[in-house]
Amino acid sequence: MECVFGLVGKEFALVVADTSAVHSILVHKSNEDKIMILDSHKLMGASGEAGDRAQFTEYVQKNVALYQFRNGIPLTTKATANYTRGELATALRKNPYQVNVILAGYDQETGPSLYYIDYIATFHKVDKAAFGYGSYFALSMMDRHYRPDMTVEEAVDLVDQCLAEIRSRLVVAPPNFVIKIVDKDGAREYAWRQTVKDAPVPAV
Amino acid sequence: MMNIDFSGLEPIAPLRESVGELMGDGIMAAPSFQIPDTIDFDGFQKEAIQMVKPAKGTTTLAFIFKDGVMVAADSRASMGGYISSQSVKKIIEINPYMLGTMAGGAADCQFWHRNLGIKCRLHELANKRRISVTGASKLLANILYHYRGMGLSVGTMIAGWDEKGPGLYYVDSEGGRLKGTRFSVGSGSPYAYGVLDSGYRYDMSVKEAAELARRAIYHATFRDGASGGVASVYHVGPNGWEKLSGDDVGELHYHYYPVEAAAVEQEMTEA
Repeated sequence: MECVFGLVGKEFALVVADTSAVHSILVHKSNEDKIMILDSHKLMGASGEAGDRAQFTEYVQKNVALYQFRNGIPLTTKATANYTRGELATALRKNPYQVNVILAGYDQETGPSLYYIDYIATFHKVDKAAFGYGSYFALSMMDRHYRPDMTVEEAVDLVDQCLAEIRSRLVVAPPNFVIKIVDKDGAREYAWRQTVKDAPVPAV
Repeated sequence: MMNIDFSGLEPIAPLRESVGELMGDGIMAAPSFQIPDTIDFDGFQKEAIQMVKPAKGTTTLAFIFKDGVMVAADSRASMGGYISSQSVKKIIEINPYMLGTMAGGAADCQFWHRNLGIKCRLHELANKRRISVTGASKLLANILYHYRGMGLSVGTMIAGWDEKGPGLYYVDSEGGRLKGTRFSVGSGSPYAYGVLDSGYRYDMSVKEAAELARRAIYHATFRDGASGGVASVYHVGPNGWEKLSGDDVGELHYHYYPVEAAAVEQEMTEA
């Protein structure tokens, strides 16, 4: 089952998400990227209903881009987080998006930051966050081993520990995960952790 | 069945006395109609609608390989336990370069694929080039997302060939849209996946790919009661789609597993 988490380290933030697209008992796809790169320095890891997730993250991405076009200045991570929460809060009393979001970003002035926003528009600025069944394992693991001054290598080691725990203790553990990082050099894919691979298809 | 009671609406004093005796109860009785004997009427209505939606049980599949996309499906339409047709075209031809598959509600799939065909043609006229598979699947996904929760039932794959080569997307009425290389949709899909996953290689020839698709559909129809009829196989290549075969799965069964003469264990003796 779905599993998205993230943490803030020394001068960077990272988001991890499973990559399974599930329908009842079927895994339709095991390399679905659920972490949207919002703009050059923002990551949005999302879990929730498939349609809502894709529609909502794309909607936020386009609006963040539109803001930048109109004003010639990008939104800060804080502004984006508040905007995202606002959209979820308005939708909540109409037709709610069933999406939980972990927003990570890096700003020149404030450095890395991480926001926990769920579908009922709960908003928290945190240094570690998790959604889904994996959260029970990842949260305690991160509570125990997290330090605010972790390097990328240390943080990725912690992520691997979390994934090992999820894979060994969670019945419905997803096979594959993707790790993305954002720091002063921008948002990027860092690594994949795969136990099953799709048949290789040459990129078009 | 219960009868809804309209007696409260009747005038207390009959307008014309003793007409009932003349006309008989049938005509002059208090107006009423039958309603289903159920507590949850909304639930009953929802179920009744689902019941008359054919093509619920289905097996469809599609996969990308080196020479394009292979698309295959069975042809059975059922309404609950009743098989309403054995000759349904579940592979819908959107345009000469794009196919859609049908699982879920037959009418919903047919209507929205036809609608997609129109939109694709208009795109072609406006832009002087064919729409990409990515674009077409997103048109459909956005429509279905707009109508989600309103009772549409669609599980489809959009397969085609565009400027970037072969394309394959899974789109459903929950608003989901997945890009991929191998999909199967419908009640028989787990069976089809079993055969498909074990036999799939990217560098298959068209002939091998067609046989894999056919066999996956056959094995799905063998185990899934709601799938059956004929296994149709389409191939989409650089020059558009082409129908490769349509085989009765009953005949396929005897083709794959011919009847072998078995030793007679007990001969019937004459009295």
